[in-house]
Amino acid sequence: MKTPRLSRRTLLQGAGAAAGLAAGSGAITGFPAIIAAEPVTLRYLGTAVNQSGDIARKVKEDLGITIEYIPVVTDEVSKRVVTQPNSFDIVDSEYFSLKKLMPSGNLVGMDAKRIKNADKITPVFTKGEVAGKKIGDQGTAPKKVFYLEGQNSTKFAASPTEWITLIPTTYNADTLGIRPDLIKRPITSWKELLNPEFKGKASILNIPSIGIMDAAMVVEATGDYTYPDKGNMTKAEIDRTMKVLIEAKRAGQFRAFWQDFNESVNLMASGETVIQSMWSPAVTKVRSQGVACTYQPLKEGYRAWATGFGLPKTLTGKKLDAAYDFINWFLSGWAGAYLNRQGYYSAVLETAKAHMEPYEWAFWMEGKPAEKDIKAPDGTVMEKAGAVRDGGSFEQRMGAVACWNSVMDENTYMVRKWNEFIAA
Amino acid sequence: MSTVAAPALPEAAPAASTSPGLAAATKRQRRLAYGQAMPLGLVFLVFFLVPLALTLIVSFWEYNEYEIIPAFTLQNYADVFDGCLSGGDLCTTFRTYLSTLKFCLLGWAATLGIGFTVAYFVAFHVRSTAMQTVLFLICTIPFWTSNVIRMIAWIPLLGRNGLVNDTLMSLGLIRTPIEGLLYSDFSVVLAFIHLDTVFMIVPIFNSMMRIDRSLIEAATDAGATPWQTLWNVIVPLCKPGIAIGSIFVLTLIMGDFVTVGVMGGQQIASVGKVIQVQMAYLQFPAAAANAVVLLGAVMVLIAALTRLIDLRREL
Repeated sequence: MKTPRLSRRTLLQGAGAAAGLAAGSGAITGFPAIIAAEPVTLRYLGTAVNQSGDIARKVKEDLGITIEYIPVVTDEVSKRVVTQPNSFDIVDSEYFSLKKLMPSGNLVGMDAKRIKNADKITPVFTKGEVAGKKIGDQGTAPKKVFYLEGQNSTKFAASPTEWITLIPTTYNADTLGIRPDLIKRPITSWKELLNPEFKGKASILNIPSIGIMDAAMVVEATGDYTYPDKGNMTKAEIDRTMKVLIEAKRAGQFRAFWQDFNESVNLMASGETVIQSMWSPAVTKVRSQGVACTYQPLKEGYRAWATGFGLPKTLTGKKLDAAYDFINWFLSGWAGAYLNRQGYYSAVLETAKAHMEPYEWAFWMEGKPAEKDIKAPDGTVMEKAGAVRDGGSFEQRMGAVACWNSVMDENTYMVRKWNEFIAA
Repeated sequence: MSTVAAPALPEAAPAASTSPGLAAATKRQRRLAYGQAMPLGLVFLVFFLVPLALTLIVSFWEYNEYEIIPAFTLQNYADVFDGCLSGGDLCTTFRTYLSTLKFCLLGWAATLGIGFTVAYFVAFHVRSTAMQTVLFLICTIPFWTSNVIRMIAWIPLLGRNGLVNDTLMSLGLIRTPIEGLLYSDFSVVLAFIHLDTVFMIVPIFNSMMRIDRSLIEAATDAGATPWQTLWNVIVPLCKPGIAIGSIFVLTLIMGDFVTVGVMGGQQIASVGKVIQVQMAYLQFPAAAANAVVLLGAVMVLIAALTRLIDLRREL
């Protein structure tokens, strides 16, 4: 039993090395340290969410490093890390992907000693708590995958070590978006998503691993079943959850499913749906079109996600130094404030706070009514004075996290079941 | 090509007996022919046969979250057909193929009807060649914008508060918006017709232009009604065009998942979508197995079509 497994693994490693060679990067010899005086360019792989021209411009100004964005969708990030680790210099990936990224051995642990603000990273990541209070850790909570046993280890460490998998960039807690003008009554629970009252006017996202979690939130809200871990269901639990979804679909509950940001915005803005899973910036987008839309805090809590910077194993020399410089810069405040102003949360709160106006901080992070008009980074007015952020303060919101986006052990089975749901 | 080879022949041949010389000449000619076919053959090999072979191989491999393992297994195919033999409820794969087949038939019938009519009009009713060219070009105008844009353009039209519903309501024809206009089978088929009719028009028009006009005169002289001429003369002579158009449309719809996704609101199953989801989760072997099954299905469809018409003879 053991020998064939070993030989298979070596075969794969061989194939991996060959692929590395084919990609034209000396995966075997490593990069020679480039000492030339030419400016460094970092190829930044990630989703479009955290990639902004403003950040790239500011980095160029402050550090002289050129950031070359490679914007792809979440799935594509993982695919690239596993299959083409030489095609980027720094990756911005979701924490839940780590379970499939780290075993590939293509990412290395980051040296906490080289990250100046490492010990100031919010305890949401390091300990799974906010303001001293434990938060939900179902699914792939970042604290479960935050540390590695060693720099080149593919195993996550149970207690803090010097080696960090991803340095957090942004994170947030998701809930349902609703059209208060069309629903005309308060919505307080996840179970409203499948309430027949909204037949033909509901939507969920067609990303299996996230969609099933939203469905699980509904199942729990109806009191039908309580999962030991929504982010890691057994086959029987997957069947149970999918059955609920399939029944709702056959009864005509859903208007459509969405897969990208713009689809969700269009569904909501055009009135095709009145309640759906949504992302916070999409809600902002709908509102900016003059359509009432609320990111509704619900009593069962939120489904959280987090992304962070990772480094490929092949990165060495000047580029590696540049990557650390960039990450240190990212945590030093300007970028954090920039992201906080868009409704995301940044990893090191105190440096971000120093870069924000007190009234901005009060609105975004403390859940207080805006003293002045709240402006987006491009200068347009986002919220009028007096507005309050959905979900309240940082502590209220992150404190109410029920589960984290995840990859289940039964992932393959779940994907098969999801296809069955779409075909139902 | 043969003229290049020809001058060398008489000089080499006369001394020896004729047959070996001839054989050598044929050999050379054959080699030349292979040489000429080589560039296309190579392209075919590199971009078609090799990927296809790789897909086939990978479809038998094992996989987990982060790697594919080169070990032979039939599990991927077992997963594709999971529950299909147990009877009772239809399994996912059959259900998906059935839904895809439905769109194929609806799309095919509609594009054939429209495509044939349009081609007929341009080929037989329009007298001047210049006008024919102009009208033919007009048929291709929809292709000046991208596929996805042409699809998305339908959404504000068909939506719950879209133009069509608004118009019908303001005319007092309906009281509540028709929900089934968008994100339904109807909108998917509509988009397929919009996207694919040109692929029917072009080959059918091409076949029609080759029909000898005297045949139609002869039919009329022999006392055939216009319908009889159409059915007994024109349609049979258009068969190759119809077959080629059908192959285009059927294969396009079979593999499509963008149209079904966008117009069907992502909640209608299509084989392409299943494959896409599996790829997204790095389940390449499972996706490969599905792709092989899809390829088989398309090939069966095309084989059936070529059974009806011997394409090579007709061309």
